[in-house]
Amino acid sequence: MTTLSLPSLAPIRPSVLERISGPVRDVWSLTRRNLVHVRREPMQLSDVTIQPVLFTLLFIYVFGSGIPIVGGYKNFALAGLLTLNLTTSTMGTAVGLSTDLHEGVIDRFRTLPMWRAAILVGRSISDVLSAAVCVTIVALTGLAIGWRPDASIPSVIGGFGLALLFSYCLSWASACVGLTSKGPESAQSFGFLVLFPMAFISNSLVPTQGMPGWLQAIADWNPVSAVTAGARHMFGNPNPSATVHAWPMQHPVEASLLWSLVFLVVFAPLASYLFRRATSE
Amino acid sequence: MAPDNMIEASGLTKRYGDTQALAGVDFVVPAGTILGVLGPNGAGKTTAVRILTTLASPDSGRGTVAGFDVVTQAADVRRCMGVAAQDATLDGALTGRQNLVLIGELSRMGRSAAKKRADDLLERFNLTDAADRIMKGYSGGMRRRLDLAASTMTRPSVLFLDEPTTGLDPVSRQRMWEVIRELVSDGVTLLLTTQYLDEADTLADNIVVIDHGRVIAEGTPRQLKEASKSARLEVTLSFPADGAVAALQPLVAGRVLVSADGQHLSAAIDSGSGLATAVVRALDAAGIVVDNIEIRQPSLDDVFFSLTGNAPDDADDERPLTVDDLPNELEGVSA
Repeated sequence: MTTLSLPSLAPIRPSVLERISGPVRDVWSLTRRNLVHVRREPMQLSDVTIQPVLFTLLFIYVFGSGIPIVGGYKNFALAGLLTLNLTTSTMGTAVGLSTDLHEGVIDRFRTLPMWRAAILVGRSISDVLSAAVCVTIVALTGLAIGWRPDASIPSVIGGFGLALLFSYCLSWASACVGLTSKGPESAQSFGFLVLFPMAFISNSLVPTQGMPGWLQAIADWNPVSAVTAGARHMFGNPNPSATVHAWPMQHPVEASLLWSLVFLVVFAPLASYLFRRATSE
Repeated sequence: MAPDNMIEASGLTKRYGDTQALAGVDFVVPAGTILGVLGPNGAGKTTAVRILTTLASPDSGRGTVAGFDVVTQAADVRRCMGVAAQDATLDGALTGRQNLVLIGELSRMGRSAAKKRADDLLERFNLTDAADRIMKGYSGGMRRRLDLAASTMTRPSVLFLDEPTTGLDPVSRQRMWEVIRELVSDGVTLLLTTQYLDEADTLADNIVVIDHGRVIAEGTPRQLKEASKSARLEVTLSFPADGAVAALQPLVAGRVLVSADGQHLSAAIDSGSGLATAVVRALDAAGIVVDNIEIRQPSLDDVFFSLTGNAPDDADDERPLTVDDLPNELEGVSA
């Protein structure tokens, strides 16, 4: 049996190497821990597994039957389902951070000699990994029911990357919600109130041309529309938004990258400020 | 190299909104000893622990752990302490083993060292069977033992335990006490907060009593009991006797109280020295037959009551066991 009179197992003072490798290992440890959560929490797991399959099948077979699209609804809808699922699943970031804050796990971490920012960075990395799972499942479901991209492989991969990048940057905004909400439930309901309209008031499932003028203006400038149009463009799939005159619809890839950058530059620093505020007394 | 006092608090103050949580708290914990921080709910115990464990910063005053300043050298403090607190929990969705390994990794032990240490501790804390179950399903006692195991992952020289047995049933509390005693026999310096008088009495070398953000008393359990001067004489007669009160009154400090059946008499006394002999002689001279004489030293309960003016448990309905439930336990332990 070991006793405490033995020397401490923690390094007394970090070496130079430790100063660099330590934070990386902290991030990795917390990323793994968050992924265990995704596996264990049925709600979180279904967000990136069951929901993408269900939405893809439902929308394609139910909506698709009533919406005529040149080139086929399946080929039109897939990019939209990709951004729809990725957008709504960023709610997981808010719920996860809020849960950790309110259950006191973050306080426990803060008593350890770890790199504190690893809590946020680990969260964003595990979220991008589960988003990648979500992307894969949407793509496989689409391929199984007859979705076919019509572009070079690098271009198709680029389309997925565009959507994934956007969801990563958007998850920093979700992190800000999680860090300011009163608890996991309110983080979740805020997510529903903002992310669902954001995902639906867009060109993701229907062309915006049929919407009332004011709604179409919102939809055409919605970042989700830019990402969807960008992905359609890169997949070589039908993209009715190309005839819309709004700037983001004329330059969907540039607009997607710009929106992503804006989200990252605004919300990542804000999240780290809010994190410090939420964890200092 | 280690300082004489492994924990020091001097003049700590902290205000949360309108509440002055700490109004100037001072104490020291010499290396290798246990300090019990005793006080009712909301007295400021947890705030003091949060400051010393680097989770909160004081408005004024200074704290050190292992010689390091808790504000300016927080990283060094975190390297040499272990913390188990109710508001800084482990991860319910991980297994016991995963929790320990994660804490070890984030304490920069290295993954393989953390795994090995986790195995040792799971065995030592009697958690091997539950090691691979998710912590959410643990009983309260298992959870606290896991918490304690996690706080000792790096073999820290200083441990903070914030209310380690609150909410536990009597059997689990006894087991926790055994584990804590064992830890300290290994040479660890321990600060323990508690609402339980018997816990402080049993475990602590020194006690500070905190109320309304101030230290209102400090000393060894024995000193605190002596300071309260509420030792009592209790006499049981074979049968009621009219002259008993008159015979006892000159020997005691307070008024002699008689029970309804007339057989039990009690009174506050100043000193117990030679008192039993004098009582027997006086009662014998009055022709009264005595069954039992007891000089009851004050319990920490009495001390606490006289210092804070309120019972320690009236704020917390969840307590499974109060000192009042076990009126004789203190005497047995503190003798």
